[in-house]
Amino acid sequence: MPSPPPVRFRLNGQPTEVAVEPARVLLDLLRDDLRLTGTKRGCDLGTCGCCTVLVDGRPSLSCLTLARLVDGREVTTIEGVSPPQGLSPLQRAFVEVGATQCGFCTPGFVVTATAFLRDHPHPSREEIVRAISGNLCRCTGYLKIIEAIERAAAGGA
Amino acid sequence: MATGPATDYRLIGGRIPYVEGPLKVTGRAEYTDDLSRPNQLVGRLLRSPWPHARLRSIDVRAARELPGVYAVLTGEKYPTPFGVLPITHDETAIAVGKARYIGDIIAAVAAQDERTAERALALIRVDIEPLPDYADPRDGVGKVAEPIHARGLNGSNIQKEVVQHFGDVDAAFARAAHTVRVKGTFAGVTHAFTEPMATIAEATPDGRLTVWSATQVPHYLHRALSEVLGIPMHRIRVIKPEVGGGFGGKSDPLPHEIVCAALAIETGRPVKILFDREDVFYTNHGRHPTQNDIRIAVDADGRILAYDIDATIDGGAWSSFGTVTTYYNGVLSMGPYRVPNFRYHGRRVYTTKPPNGAMRAHGGTNLRYSVEVGLDRLAEATGIDPFDLRDRNALPPNSTTVNQFRITSTSFRACLAAARARSGWDEKFRRLPYGKGIGLGCGFYISGSNSPIHFTPVMPQSTVHLKVDMDGGIAVHSMQADIGQGSNTLLAVIVAEVLGVDLARVHVQRVDSDVSPVDLGSYSSRVTFMMGNAAREAAQQLLGQLLRAAAALTGRPVDDLAVGRERYWSRTDPSVGVSFEEALRKAMEESGALVASGAYRSPKLGGSFKGARAGTAPAYSFAAYVAEVDVDVETGVYGVSRVWAAFDCGRALNRLAVEGQIEGSIHMGLGQVMGETMSYRGTRLMNPSLLDYKIPMPQQMPKVEILLVGDDDPEGPFGAKEAGEGPLIATLPAVGNALYDAIGVRFTDLPITPDKVLKGIDQRTKEGRPWKGA
Repeated sequence: MPSPPPVRFRLNGQPTEVAVEPARVLLDLLRDDLRLTGTKRGCDLGTCGCCTVLVDGRPSLSCLTLARLVDGREVTTIEGVSPPQGLSPLQRAFVEVGATQCGFCTPGFVVTATAFLRDHPHPSREEIVRAISGNLCRCTGYLKIIEAIERAAAGGA
Repeated sequence: MATGPATDYRLIGGRIPYVEGPLKVTGRAEYTDDLSRPNQLVGRLLRSPWPHARLRSIDVRAARELPGVYAVLTGEKYPTPFGVLPITHDETAIAVGKARYIGDIIAAVAAQDERTAERALALIRVDIEPLPDYADPRDGVGKVAEPIHARGLNGSNIQKEVVQHFGDVDAAFARAAHTVRVKGTFAGVTHAFTEPMATIAEATPDGRLTVWSATQVPHYLHRALSEVLGIPMHRIRVIKPEVGGGFGGKSDPLPHEIVCAALAIETGRPVKILFDREDVFYTNHGRHPTQNDIRIAVDADGRILAYDIDATIDGGAWSSFGTVTTYYNGVLSMGPYRVPNFRYHGRRVYTTKPPNGAMRAHGGTNLRYSVEVGLDRLAEATGIDPFDLRDRNALPPNSTTVNQFRITSTSFRACLAAARARSGWDEKFRRLPYGKGIGLGCGFYISGSNSPIHFTPVMPQSTVHLKVDMDGGIAVHSMQADIGQGSNTLLAVIVAEVLGVDLARVHVQRVDSDVSPVDLGSYSSRVTFMMGNAAREAAQQLLGQLLRAAAALTGRPVDDLAVGRERYWSRTDPSVGVSFEEALRKAMEESGALVASGAYRSPKLGGSFKGARAGTAPAYSFAAYVAEVDVDVETGVYGVSRVWAAFDCGRALNRLAVEGQIEGSIHMGLGQVMGETMSYRGTRLMNPSLLDYKIPMPQQMPKVEILLVGDDDPEGPFGAKEAGEGPLIATLPAVGNALYDAIGVRFTDLPITPDKVLKGIDQRTKEGRPWKGA
């Protein structure tokens, strides 16, 4: 069987080239082929937001994104959002206010909120709520997640 | 460092961030599907498309011959029945003889990859004889043509029937000043945790089996694996990675966990089974759809004289926790009130639908809704304020209920007072404009089931081991299962508090049955109370060793020594003291690494009648919630704008975690009251996805004010009680009663969707009833 043509993109800042079958989605490529397991698989249907990554800086559902479509683009996962040592101010805020419980939705929220705060450094509560409305959390009732994003914004994240 | 007598706890009662938080916010926390084993195969399940069918033959030859397929299993290879309760073993790993619901597992495949596994499943030929299906539990209470299980009561589909009568209910109703009857129908709801189930199993040539699984109760899984596979428990190792939420849905040992292990044994290779979201919905074990018919009698002063309850509970295809559900549904409806006469007739009936089981506030939710709506109506009938009515019926501390539950601490009346004052109830109730309303709902819940499932309360329900070595780090081992609720953090906090050490020294180890002593896991809101006590006892034992060493170093008697931060010092001369590390080094001279073990044993509780142990707990939590709603009377769409949540969990050990549990519980409670529904057409589940099964969005969350008013519980660790499930219960009736205040319509069925709201308004208008009270 001829190997499928490669996809070339930047992954967490590094040039990456990997052979991908046409029907493969980005989530499978990241988790199963590249072993970047920080991105979570919650529904495979684009409903839960656990698999959110940034494509060219925009939050995208990797379970609905064909891997071939990131050719030539920049993909950032939770691993790329996290600093080499310690935590980002947003991540620190999540920890401090208890915005994680089971933590399975957390990478998706952190990725979404990182991009949101970059574009909206001084958001209103309503803007935050709208920004995270594509991510489901069953543990926290969202309140501490919203609080964490507010705290990070106030701290100049 | 200044040291003085400690007047307060250093960590207990604070806001302690979860110890694994930094791993979770960076995606570094490891869940089962993040793990993989070398040479791992993919396991896949063939699910029944028939609700009820005799399996005449299953032809797996073509599937077996497909290149890349390593094993195909059907039910007869491992037919030993299992189930979470030893008295109702009615499940098998794979269906034997019959399929009992759409989604029942009828074959399993292990293959080199997903695609091959799926192709193999498609090659399996199943010859069936269709059998009658049973969607409505009411159709299964009498003799049926084809009982779903042979163990059904007298040829019916009744899995469990409970009849209880305490006091004299008929006499109480005869002398009642007011009575109320509430009939309610409750749709099933499901846990909807974000992490789909996943299991990895590996059988190794040394004769051992290792299973990694997303489970809330590693110990029950351990037992079920041993029973069904016929392997002694000591040759099985169960490991619990991080678990992405459970809420009861990962507390039964589940068939796919056993199938995964069986495939690993068959193939000699590691096998992973990862669920997709449909698998999760078909596995369900969510809250039971129920039909309640209750009557409450009160005297002229609004004092409760009696409850008379009838309930039909839709069990789905298996027993699961159903016997407990059937009892809980009755007995957990009494507290927080004194009910002197009580009659309950409940039946849980098998249906050919996905099994129902334990879901957060198991057995304490649906009937509670009916009771609280009934009390709201009685308050109106008697002209007594809903708060006053509940206050005068409050169970007193240190009392015994009519069914012999032991009540020790209760701050229920303080909950009422706090919720009333903070919500501005007296200015708002029946005074808000049309479409706006305020309502009260109350609840109580067990702080740990007093009865361990597999043994009488002789063995400890929880054991915690500690080890300190030359690094000065304290390793904590326990089979308690952190599923996000913060029990690892609580373990660390308790150990650090007792020993006086920094939290960073305490390392809670991953649950691994080879090294973790048994704790029965995360269900029945037992962890804080039981594990907490075990952890405290273990830490006190360790502290004793350290203080003896400190005494030897300082020349002071042990009882003169106090615990400071990383320091043990003399009460009589605070300038004399040693550091934790100095004490540790001295103590290790004698014994090497220090070890300690603590355990929690249930007290003897409950009466001696049949079913007396169901619902007994060493303590109970109490709640009084007020909700404010805002109804668009043109569309029926409504929102819950505020919730005041007054909760008695004794002493809150980690305020951050208690708040998180309450906020999350309110979210889940709102989901059930506002719309979540396991929607069936006949026996077919119509919405097995998070797109069609909608949990509340951030926009739907109210502003929540949490009021923690509990007094210390006499037996809880540092005075604590549960806060994981009880906080859900009061949410539902608070909203239901607030809707009545807003639009004058009583809602007895859940969920309350906008179409029902509109219908209710129309009906009220047609009847010419006013929208507010009188």
